[in-house]
Amino acid sequence: MTLELSLNQQPAHARQGSSIGQPLTRRDGFLKVTGAARYAADNHPPGMLYAVLAVSSIARGRVAALDVEAAKAHKGVVEVMTPKNRPALAADPDAKDHPFMFRLDLLQNDQVRYPNQSIAVVIAETLEAATEGAALLSPRYEVMPARVGLDGAESIVPRAVGVGGPAVQHKGDVEAGLKSAKTRIEATYETPAQYHNAMEPHAIVVAWEGDTLSIDTPSQGLAMAQGRIAGLFGIAPENIHIRSPFLGGGFGSKGMISGPQVLGILAARLVGRPVKLVLRREQMYGPVGHRAPTRQTLRMGMDGEGRLTALDHHAKTASSTFDDFFEPAADASHTLYASPAIATSHDAVRLDTGTPLFMRAPGEATGSIALESAIDEAAYACGMDPLEFRLRNYAEVEPMTGKPFSSKALRECYRQAAETFGWASRPIQPRLMRDADGFLTGWGMGTATFPAIMFQAEARAVLRADGSGVMETGAQDMGQGAWTAFAQIAADGLGLDIDQVDFRAGSSDLPNAGIAGGSGHTATAGMAIHNAGAAVIARLADLATGDEGSPLYGAGNEGVLARGGRLYRRDDESRGESYAEILTRAGLTEIEGHGKGAPDPASQEAYAKHAHGAVFAEVKVDPDFGQIRVTRLVGAFAAGRVINPRLVRSQYYGGMIWGVSFALHEEAITDRRSGRIQNANLAEYHVPVNADVPSIEALLVHEDDPHVNALGIKGVGEIGITGTAGAVANAVWHATGVRPRRFPVRIEDLLG
Amino acid sequence: MRDFDYIRPATIPDAIAAAAEPGSAYLAGGTNLLDLMKGGITSPERIVDISRLPELNRIERLDDGGLRIGALVRNADLAYDPAFAKSYPAVAEALLSGASAQLRNAATVGGNLLQRTRCSYFYDTASACNRRQPGTGCDALEGENRLHAVLGWSDACIATHPSDFCVPLVALDAVVEIEGKKGRRHVSLEEFHRLPGETPQRENALEPGDLIVAVRLPAEAASFSANARYLKVRERTSYAFAVVSAAAALVVDGGKIRAARLALGGVAAKPWRARSAEAVLLGADASEATFASAADAALADASPSGDNAFKIELARRIVIRALISALSGTPERLPALPASPFSNIPGARHDA
Ligand SMILES: Cc1cc2nc3c(=O)[nH]c(=O)nc-3n(C[C@H](O)[C@H](O)[C@H](O)COP(=O)(O)OP(=O)(O)OC[C@H]3O[C@@H](n4cnc5c(N)ncnc54)[C@H](O)[C@@H]3O)c2cc1C
Ligand code: SF4
Repeated sequence: MTLELSLNQQPAHARQGSSIGQPLTRRDGFLKVTGAARYAADNHPPGMLYAVLAVSSIARGRVAALDVEAAKAHKGVVEVMTPKNRPALAADPDAKDHPFMFRLDLLQNDQVRYPNQSIAVVIAETLEAATEGAALLSPRYEVMPARVGLDGAESIVPRAVGVGGPAVQHKGDVEAGLKSAKTRIEATYETPAQYHNAMEPHAIVVAWEGDTLSIDTPSQGLAMAQGRIAGLFGIAPENIHIRSPFLGGGFGSKGMISGPQVLGILAARLVGRPVKLVLRREQMYGPVGHRAPTRQTLRMGMDGEGRLTALDHHAKTASSTFDDFFEPAADASHTLYASPAIATSHDAVRLDTGTPLFMRAPGEATGSIALESAIDEAAYACGMDPLEFRLRNYAEVEPMTGKPFSSKALRECYRQAAETFGWASRPIQPRLMRDADGFLTGWGMGTATFPAIMFQAEARAVLRADGSGVMETGAQDMGQGAWTAFAQIAADGLGLDIDQVDFRAGSSDLPNAGIAGGSGHTATAGMAIHNAGAAVIARLADLATGDEGSPLYGAGNEGVLARGGRLYRRDDESRGESYAEILTRAGLTEIEGHGKGAPDPASQEAYAKHAHGAVFAEVKVDPDFGQIRVTRLVGAFAAGRVINPRLVRSQYYGGMIWGVSFALHEEAITDRRSGRIQNANLAEYHVPVNADVPSIEALLVHEDDPHVNALGIKGVGEIGITGTAGAVANAVWHATGVRPRRFPVRIEDLLG
Repeated sequence: MRDFDYIRPATIPDAIAAAAEPGSAYLAGGTNLLDLMKGGITSPERIVDISRLPELNRIERLDDGGLRIGALVRNADLAYDPAFAKSYPAVAEALLSGASAQLRNAATVGGNLLQRTRCSYFYDTASACNRRQPGTGCDALEGENRLHAVLGWSDACIATHPSDFCVPLVALDAVVEIEGKKGRRHVSLEEFHRLPGETPQRENALEPGDLIVAVRLPAEAASFSANARYLKVRERTSYAFAVVSAAAALVVDGGKIRAARLALGGVAAKPWRARSAEAVLLGADASEATFASAADAALADASPSGDNAFKIELARRIVIRALISALSGTPERLPALPASPFSNIPGARHDA
């Protein structure tokens, strides 16, 4: 099957493609399985030294003394970097020029503002010597009491939540809506601090050559990292070359360059030799971001038919004492359920922690588990089936803004997932279902949603006289399959088979592909690739249609099609010729085209753009022990065009598993006195293991979206966690009759 | 990590001589020791690598019907030894419920007995911990302690011993064979681990340089093979330490309990043999009412050491269920999810 893509730039020249939509396996899979894929920490430039961070064990105070002598006396230690000898920076690490610039701890002074903050860097000939050198520093502190927990400080109303969103928003009169309601619920839920915990720790291998920098480090945003480093060191961005071909996961924690990575660059500058710095697992619990805890209260009113009359969602959260990132949890109530009155608000405390950052659906995941739990409570209060209740309150336009949706196949998601799951036979009352072994069985559901976001990206396409093509963009593959999906888009964009395209990404000397985040990378960089392909094909078509020697001569008005390395007349496909012939006749070795990907402001204004989904969960609970197992998960998602169903499905799986993790497993346990995280390791910071996910299914619901972008791509990376977490929580209630009020759900909450 | 000497002795006497020097530590599978060294919790000056001593790697049937398991037998190898699993099913089940497949392939019998507590303050060198640094205090007492001990704890230390393997072993009267400067001696596993009292740093009966060479199971231990189970409640389905666990083994004849063994895990600084409960069981009807009385007896002395009162009730229920499971008979095959409450779910395909 070939499908014709509409071109937004050059409507006269269409291409037909067949790579998009194919379930190709990962092009980098073989490299990864065989260990040949080179991650940042695998690099060893000649003369390289090892740098190890010394980090603070207190949450607040100052470093009174460091035994630098002892560290330096240790065999193999070359240098110790402290605030006293740290090379000068061109910019203040505490400056904040724009909301996306986060303050970094780069040894600017002796102050400590969170546990695991860097307080020195030891550089040595071996990792072991540097590690022992860091221990020998034996810091002494002046300690101040730590501010810990959501009640640990006075609360404030942040100026903005998430990325510049208002902390307080409303439409209609919530109080009046509640008053007029026939049924009301009010419910509070708590979510814990969580840490990204990518498998690959933040690592950097860096070599200075004069004023140019060569860096291997995992990055979700190469150009942003390049710009930040350039600003800090006062050098031109083009003098900084960052390679990030593979990331061992990022989840948002590698979106911005972190303090420890910059310290690696400083260490290399100090010693004048290449340096490698790799965070230890426990050192990832502080300087590289996390998800802040929340306490959320929802109030809902319903009329006699179960229609919402009011929806009020308040979230209390936390940020660090020195920077601003506020988890926009309550904003989850803006998009899903129709209500004449909606109010969302946030307040927050400032705690002695590292600054929270974007993590796995920031705000959407946290807000979703509370909203979906409350919807479940509301449905029950109205005596309605939770699916029926959701359909009764189905939003035909975006509730908060009144904008039409660019596309919304949520009804179809509900239908397909419910049918596959077998939802219809579910009793409304909880604690009625037992399996043959006596386990309490519960079924719960949640609605998934995530905004279809686009950033800015560029790509460069080349067609060569030998008939092959090149597509370049500095895109980042976090493990999600970007190497493959982008190559598919590139192949179609160039009208070539995928094997004829040399796709290049993961390096800062390629065109800026924007950030791999916000589930917007495929849409953004994908559109840049698509447009670059269109541009170069347009040039090729101009050459052919203007050349009397070409069978395409004069076809300009009718347009041409690009497919399989040939251009065809649109009105007569028997007339065509190969790219190679066109270029050779024109005496050109190659031609190039450039393309951009960016949101379209007009459609941005006109439409609400979101991906949607429905997730159904079955849990079993041991009636005596309260141990929970999610035995079945079925999700159906509609997120615009599917570039590669295999990769998309695995993104949904991953997201859904993170949803299980949110509901049942993840929690950073913080000592209430010291503020130190007590389970900063993967043995005790639980995420699901295979045995926790025995059966998972993700259905891809067809959705055409003519407004999001020309390719019709929304985003699939984060949506899976939303909806799922709430579905699991609701299934726990349905099994046990106990409503989870804090997450993760604990055994003691269900012991009864 | 501090520099240390590395010694690989060829014989047991060489190993003991090398380890008799102060500051020495034996290295077996390394799955606990290396983590402790990397975290600066222990800093041995000399590592005596016993992992290649061949005579410690055997499983031997003894003439008296007992079994002798070499200290270096890997946890996985022992659990998957068909004869062993048939005679001591609860031990095999406990082994396979511990850690992950990769860890079980490396972890050894001796190392499992000697693994240190998972108390997070013990691992956090900035915290006060009497067990790690005698006399400094115990930060767990007023801290995050929902998983700490409910039996046998003291104000000096409320930590638990995390081993699964040790729980059925102590129930079955296992004996630790130790070789030291003064020769070979045998200590029952029940006596081997110590409760904290005022000296939580003294965790077991070993003297400096002592090497565990084997663990013995007496002949009688195999007599429970038809009715022996291990049950472990944890916070994810696999790869998690026990919140509370129990090993139960019965000999039942004509509805009466002729012999009974019961031990608890995750509740104390040692694998907890519940002798008072065994006394309730012995000679009684094999009924749920008896099991409930036994559970009450087992937990009679329990008290919360922090935010962990729930563990007492949980332990009661686990004891009852473990006894019911033991009574209903050892399954033909080891369940797909060993020791899990969900082990019986039909169609469970995951093996550990
Ligand atoms: C992530 C994780 C999860 C885990 N989960 C579980 C679990 O669920 N259940 C469970 O039971 N265990 C669990 N464990 C613990 C694991 O079982 C132990 O780490 C392992 O059994 C230790 O054995 P080893 O041979 O590796 O010991 P090592 O680390 O080599 O040694 C441990 C200690 O014993 C000493 N030692 C070793 N052998 C001898 C000997 N023969 N004589 C004298 N001293 C000796 C060493 O000097 C050291 O002090 C887990 C461990 C990890 C890391
Ligand atoms: S409970 Fe024991 S191991 Fe934990 S901190 Fe207290 S003394 Fe140390």
